[in-house]
Amino acid sequence: MKYKSQKVAYMFFALSMVLLLLQIVYGFIMAFAHAGYDGLHEIIAFNTATATHKNLLVVWLLSGFMGAAYYIIPEEAQRELVSVKLVLIQFWSLAIVGVVAVAGFHVGWWEGRKFLEIPRALDYLVVVNVLLFLGIILVTLFKGKEKTTTAMVLAMGLFFAALLYLPGMIWFDNQSMDSFFRWWVVHLWVEGVWELVMGGILAFLLIKLTGVDRELIEKWLYVIVGLTFLSGILGTGHHYYSIGAPKYWLMIGGIFSALEPLAFLGMALFAFAMYRKGEKNHPNKTALYWTLGTAIMSFAGAGLLGIAHTIPQVNMWTHGTLVTAMHGHLAFWGAYAMIVFSIISYSLPLMTGRKLYDTPGAHYAFWLSNIGMIGMTTAFAAAGVAQVYLERKVGLDFMVSQNALHAHFWVLIGAATLFTIGIIYYVVNFFKHGMPTDEALIDNK
Amino acid sequence: MLSKNQARLFFLGGTVVFFLIFLALSVNTVSSGIPKKTHSENITEAVVGGKVLFDENNCMGCHTIFGEGAYYAPELTKVIDRRGEAFVKGVLSSKVPWALHGRKMVAYDFSEKEVNDLIAFFKWVNEVDLNGFPPEPDLKK
Ligand code: HEM
Ligand code: HEM
Ligand SMILES: [Fe+2]
Repeated sequence: MKYKSQKVAYMFFALSMVLLLLQIVYGFIMAFAHAGYDGLHEIIAFNTATATHKNLLVVWLLSGFMGAAYYIIPEEAQRELVSVKLVLIQFWSLAIVGVVAVAGFHVGWWEGRKFLEIPRALDYLVVVNVLLFLGIILVTLFKGKEKTTTAMVLAMGLFFAALLYLPGMIWFDNQSMDSFFRWWVVHLWVEGVWELVMGGILAFLLIKLTGVDRELIEKWLYVIVGLTFLSGILGTGHHYYSIGAPKYWLMIGGIFSALEPLAFLGMALFAFAMYRKGEKNHPNKTALYWTLGTAIMSFAGAGLLGIAHTIPQVNMWTHGTLVTAMHGHLAFWGAYAMIVFSIISYSLPLMTGRKLYDTPGAHYAFWLSNIGMIGMTTAFAAAGVAQVYLERKVGLDFMVSQNALHAHFWVLIGAATLFTIGIIYYVVNFFKHGMPTDEALIDNK
Repeated sequence: MLSKNQARLFFLGGTVVFFLIFLALSVNTVSSGIPKKTHSENITEAVVGGKVLFDENNCMGCHTIFGEGAYYAPELTKVIDRRGEAFVKGVLSSKVPWALHGRKMVAYDFSEKEVNDLIAFFKWVNEVDLNGFPPEPDLKK
């Protein structure tokens, strides 16, 4: 709380807010198309909308993680970031690559590989950008006075996330090989190394918000990330059931992915245990809401809704249906969107000196976005189950069964509207804080 | 009670052990499993051409293949079995958006060579052993 360079985090958080709003616009385009209104088909076809929606999600989350790292690492390592000028270069190049990628999707400059649509040429720029980011973070950490477990876990998560981007850049003539390595990125990110990032941020917030002893918190952090890799690495097999890979993945993927919720359960129990144990006098209740919220919602979205379709006997029916979209939304929201919101809610008042955390707007943001997202998840679930029944069980033609699902998409649009109002409250509250100042950072005790 | 050092050991040890098992299985899958199950010897130039088109046009942005992609348009793994070659050719070479049931596909208006490449790709995909996916509808009358 006393390092001037921490305020660079603000730019990354602001970028996250803007890209999130844009992501939502494309979500509505797709929801209307599913409900039968594809008026934008000629300009923004569904595949453009979906590539944009998913990649904006990934980019705003990564921008949020980077902001979190730039805020947390100086404080944990007890020194300023090695170079603010390099951070500025890294920030602007990230923003430019993001904008170019999204613009490219609108003129067909992409790869048809879900979540990895950014074309090869831009991938190299992404790699350079991320290397610069990692360089700044790691050099700061290793020159610092302390190498805390929290900082090491966070840095390790970010480092391996970068490394795992590489297998996604190889071209394969064989569609099955392509798919096999695509999951090294997508699965090993969200059910592997990103959980380290989440765990690191969560531990940092719990130390600050509850005042519980660091040693205790960091011990449990090790247990949680241990559970993550114990289950999540072989859990990759739950994506190998039906892509032309050997049958042994059914057994291995089924068993180990069914253990994956343990890590999320661990985070939920951990957050609440530390909250109970701690002194309940930190004034920033909004940050506490988001922190405890992310612990519960990640268990619900990733843990419970994950295990709901991870067993091969279930997955063979639900694989590649709207059931997957149900899980995808609550998992990404609960784990990664909410952890980014948590660190923003905690750090923004400290960076700007404006303590806007107990305002009605902050409360509306929390409740409306979460209730809206639960509603959206429920709508996807209803649509997904109906789709599985009609198309997979009864054997109706794809489009005949899809046309029976319009009502669920109107429910989705209603819930998404509630969600969006919550997000708008959050973003307005964000910008009301104004810019970060040196005085604010120095003044904090 | 568990000490912090033991917790660290659990994390590092578990990670290394499970990562090595994963790596060994992956080597087996990539070197012999996938080639066998996908009949990789049948991947001709036309099949690769079809895959390139599938990739360049982001077909996965609406459809699924092997159950992967978006959920806006039909699963294509067994499209040749389900619809037959002539039907699929008609969809791919259509000059107006294909919209049998109201929902529109992009009108690609592919050339004859491109259509043939895509058909070769779908035929190869059709034969990949997917461990029983997609399942037979069991409530069909
Ligand atoms: C925060 C963590 C998680 C996130 C963000 C997440 C997100 C996603 C997303 C976006 C997909 C669709 C991927 C695609 O088709 O390209 C997916 C698929 C899947 N997830 Fe997760 N997930 C998480 C954790 C889990 C966990 C813990 C489990 C199991 C207990 C799980 C089980 C599955 C399964 C089985 C699929 C495949 C669905 C299908 O066959 O279509 N996920 N996940
Ligand atoms: C107004 C809000 C939103 C709406 C209306 C919306 C709607 C949609 C729709 C219709 C799809 C496409 C499903 C398909 O393939 O046919 C989709 C995909 C997806 N969206 Fe959203 N979305 C919204 C917000 C979000 C947010 C906030 C997140 C993340 C926190 C998110 C994450 C995803 C993911 C991961 C997918 C891919 C899912 C999969 O293929 O399994 N969306 N969204
Ligand atoms: Fe997974």
